[in-house]
Amino acid sequence: MSDNHTKETFFTKYIWSIDHKVIGIQYGITALLWLLVGFGLMMVMRYQLAYPDTQIPFIGWIFGEDKLLLPEKYNSLGAMHGTIMIFLGVVPLAFGAFGNYLVPLQIGAIDMAFPRLNAASYWTYFLGSIIMVVGFFVPGGAANSGWTSYPPLADVATAGQTVWLLGMVMLITSSLLGSVNIMVTVIQLRAEGMTWFRLPIFVWTQFITAFLLLLAFPPLEAAGILQLMDRLAGTSFFLPTGLVVSGEVLTNAGGGSPLLWQHLFWFLAHPEVYVLILPAFGIISEIIANNTRKPLSGYKSLVYAMTFLGFMSFVVWAHHMYLTGMGTTMGAFFQTTTMIISIPSVVILTALLLSLWGGSIRFNTPMLFALAFLPMFGIGGLTGLPLGLAAADIHLHDTYYVIGHFHYVVAPGTLFALFAGVYFWFPKVTGKSLNESLGKLHFYFSFIFMNGVFMPMFIQGLAGVSRRLADGGQAYAHAADVIYLNEIMSWSAWLLGMAQLFFIANVVLTLFKARTGEINPWNATTIDWTETTSPPLGHGNFEKIPVVYRGPYEYSVPGSKIDFTPQTEKG
Amino acid sequence: MEIPYGVKERPDTGLNNAKLGIWLFLASEVMLFGGLFSAYIFLRTGVDDWPMGSKYLDVKMATLNTLFLITSSVTMVMSWASLKLNDFKKFKLYAGSTLLLACGFLVIKYFEYSSKFSYSYYPSTDNFLGIYFTMTGLHVIHVIGGIAVIAFLLFPGAKMWETDPERFTSRIEVTGLYWHFVDLVWIFLFPVLYLL
Repeated sequence: MSDNHTKETFFTKYIWSIDHKVIGIQYGITALLWLLVGFGLMMVMRYQLAYPDTQIPFIGWIFGEDKLLLPEKYNSLGAMHGTIMIFLGVVPLAFGAFGNYLVPLQIGAIDMAFPRLNAASYWTYFLGSIIMVVGFFVPGGAANSGWTSYPPLADVATAGQTVWLLGMVMLITSSLLGSVNIMVTVIQLRAEGMTWFRLPIFVWTQFITAFLLLLAFPPLEAAGILQLMDRLAGTSFFLPTGLVVSGEVLTNAGGGSPLLWQHLFWFLAHPEVYVLILPAFGIISEIIANNTRKPLSGYKSLVYAMTFLGFMSFVVWAHHMYLTGMGTTMGAFFQTTTMIISIPSVVILTALLLSLWGGSIRFNTPMLFALAFLPMFGIGGLTGLPLGLAAADIHLHDTYYVIGHFHYVVAPGTLFALFAGVYFWFPKVTGKSLNESLGKLHFYFSFIFMNGVFMPMFIQGLAGVSRRLADGGQAYAHAADVIYLNEIMSWSAWLLGMAQLFFIANVVLTLFKARTGEINPWNATTIDWTETTSPPLGHGNFEKIPVVYRGPYEYSVPGSKIDFTPQTEKG
Repeated sequence: MEIPYGVKERPDTGLNNAKLGIWLFLASEVMLFGGLFSAYIFLRTGVDDWPMGSKYLDVKMATLNTLFLITSSVTMVMSWASLKLNDFKKFKLYAGSTLLLACGFLVIKYFEYSSKFSYSYYPSTDNFLGIYFTMTGLHVIHVIGGIAVIAFLLFPGAKMWETDPERFTSRIEVTGLYWHFVDLVWIFLFPVLYLL
């Protein structure tokens, strides 16, 4: 596979590369660009929400001569914002980029188990992401039935929905290839002495994430196939008998059920939440252990809690469906499982919080993001509890409260963790350290404006303002008292966008600097830092395959001369 | 540098990479078809009258197809066993039979589909035919995938037997696992769609 690389052209080295590190970087760059696109869509939507029915400045011409963001286009942007952020941005960054780059390095493997499948996984993802945005250029625009694509609406929607489904099939295929690869790599390619309980928490989280992707995505693929059949072959899987659309009864055979889609969709989409958050836990664990200079509190509790979380995530999906009339018995079951699944989350957060106790904390940029992650994810998690109880959900369902809740988990939660990861491993990947001052500016402004965007959503949601309203609730009397918040949220969102310029500038400026030559700038203990250069050697990663003698977080070992003991040190 | 355990088994897991990979892939396939079977149950229990499969479908043809697939699974194992016994000629014979039986399955399926269409039975006719065409269609795609892989290993890919027999045998074993799964899906589809 990698033995006869005498002639390596630019093309084989950077484009069709089968080296896990190059593929990881490809994933990373692509995903970061998609995050920017998804955020851009949101900044346009926030203008419409703050100043309904006024012309969009600067880029209004995209939306036609009147420069207005009409409701159907607003719907398109909303659906695509969700799709792009989750399936093209966060998951590929957390799992594709970080997983690909770091898992082989941290377990002491020379590459992933199936390097060609790995490349195939990236290119299917790339193709799927292109198909997704092609939707914007078909008649009727991109998918506009929400990122959840609920039928019957999605069944009768414009052609963009078909494109969305085709893109989804590609993305599912890509994640299947990726998850098989990560699982086989972790099970088979661990270096000598790297037992399961010596794995860094990051590897554990990637392993469980792969498990979730492997088993949760196929039912959505099944659902996608059924919806494609509904749209292209005229079946009625999701169309009940006698459905009236735009004043006319549909001529379909009928007999189907919209609820079927919701079950299949949420069977994926709830584990998907943990796909979004588990890699974040992994990154945060590494950074907290490293920057407190002490072992993580409760390594085994973390592992067990995460595994339990993974299993439980398959039996909570219907808590998204309390208002569908599926019955109180079902409701009782899913309320119980939902309350149970909050326990491992609390265990994880508590373990991470306790890990700070008594540490000598270094407040560098990755650590600041990691520290902010803890309360932000805490808010996201705790605000989820009322949504998990059917009685409270009746009031809160489909309001801005829900939007606030899951954005706290994913945006200041997972995204902060991903930023922390980028700052932490940037020296590993490039051999150059990002600028700390710019990094801190990026952090503080992001932190303020993130909360400026999402905190008011709880207030609006509690007042009963529904999500997916193109006018931000103007038409409703009950929204009158809280509608002023729209402007605050929108300005926060735009300023949050400005704050990212610090990050972009930081990355670009640093890339032009010379390599520092430092191999292990954070004085870390894990193999990825101690056993190979920064950036790592080309194919093969290690000059000598490492042998592991101890756990991943041996910081400040009593009696040791230095405050970190590499995993490969005998004794 | 070669990636370890590509052919040899890792002592503590007892598996090589390819075998573990295909098992994980099949787990995901179980979830895919599991999702569709659940959809079938959901749709069927949601309506008052659901047609008997035999109202639309030809049980005789499907029985023949079931025999074809089961036999092809047997010949698939025999082809792998022949390689283990170092008998490449027999391998060719058995793998070729598997290929023929799989193609026979497709031919019969083609006649089944076209007879449905000739009676104007389409996926849009009702949800029974809808789920019938969806599930068997997806299964047919899996059969075609299997045919492509077996044909590759039988003709252009067979050269590897000369250079790296162990890896070639492992490839046949992994293909066999996939092929048994395709067979197994049909074993579920047949009673559910045709008999119940």
